[in-house]
Amino acid sequence: MTEQEPIDGTVMFDGAQAIKGYALNKMCYSFNEAASREAFLADEEAYMSRYGLNDEQKQAIRDKVVLNLLAAGGNIYYLAKFAGIFGLGVQDVGAQQTGMSVEAFKEKLVAAGA
Amino acid sequence: MARIVGGLTTSHIPAIGNAIAKGSHDEPYWKSFFGGYPPVREWLEDVQPDIAVMIYNDHGLNFFLDKQPTFAVGAAPEYYNQDEGWGLPTIAPFKGAPELSWHIIEALVADEFDLVTCQEMNVDHGFAIPMQLFWPDYAERDLRTVPVMINTVQHPLPSPKRCYNLGRSLGRAIEAYPEDLKVVIIGTGGLSHQLDGERAGFINKEFDEMCMEKIVNEPEYFLDMSIHELVRQAGAQGAEFINWLAMRGALNGNVKSLHTNYNIPISNTAAGLMCLENAA
Repeated sequence: MTEQEPIDGTVMFDGAQAIKGYALNKMCYSFNEAASREAFLADEEAYMSRYGLNDEQKQAIRDKVVLNLLAAGGNIYYLAKFAGIFGLGVQDVGAQQTGMSVEAFKEKLVAAGA
Repeated sequence: MARIVGGLTTSHIPAIGNAIAKGSHDEPYWKSFFGGYPPVREWLEDVQPDIAVMIYNDHGLNFFLDKQPTFAVGAAPEYYNQDEGWGLPTIAPFKGAPELSWHIIEALVADEFDLVTCQEMNVDHGFAIPMQLFWPDYAERDLRTVPVMINTVQHPLPSPKRCYNLGRSLGRAIEAYPEDLKVVIIGTGGLSHQLDGERAGFINKEFDEMCMEKIVNEPEYFLDMSIHELVRQAGAQGAEFINWLAMRGALNGNVKSLHTNYNIPISNTAAGLMCLENAA
């Protein structure tokens, strides 16, 4: 394999990320089920410990900072299930990652069609 | 013999499912998007397919990273839509076609595509929303489905060429099936979008328009493209275009584009729709 030039602002969810993020992603996968979402909300710390999250992952979950969750090995499809617990959609998540207001982020999307 | 009548592509953005549930079709944000579908539904009424082969990607409903197949084919009598965690209403199950599924599986494995086979399978928005868009009353129809799942979650993803070749094998398998069935092949997802990272919100209109043009009768253009290059041009989740290429591979050499629609943005995504008629 030839080394490929990185793409700015993009982390490929590859084997290295998969190794790093497994516990975090497994916890987020559990949020497909309503009972798991309720159990998480009832005791977030206990729920994170049950899935074996490391300190970096736990802190990123407490802070709800998506870029930190990605850096901790999170995969966006699974993180979306975590964000959904708090009613956050892909525009909220996009705005947070790009340091924009949600309105400004939506305007940026509209501008892409001009 | 079974015959492939054509191919469809559509984006499968979850927000579409919410808009359908709320009946937002005529709101200004949605009008142009939903307005693209009636001509395709009219074409479907004319050709009356018996089978929809749905080429899509699972987003963490049926598959988790503990066992992530590159290609999986459903062989179940019914496929269930389930809670994905973020509030999209679940919809009625989809009828399967297990005998055709096993025929396809045998042919694909004979062609050295080593698949995962699924006699139970939940299908997420990547499958369900296209079904709703093309057949709003699918639950009352006899239409049966074969899910073909391609991994777009865990890199390495299969290359554009590999997916196109999967489609070619799929097309040959269907056309060798002895029953008189009309089959439509659907490739879902795309077009350009990116949900994660500082590049979130990336959309590439020029690239999308090129994709919608070249996929009709010049799909070879994409065969030497790497996934890395596709992600660069289409965004991290724009790599779902490999589902479209697999659809195109299943059609014969010359196809005719009957309808297209393209809208920026639907949620974070450039939404594309195509209806391609297969050469007789």
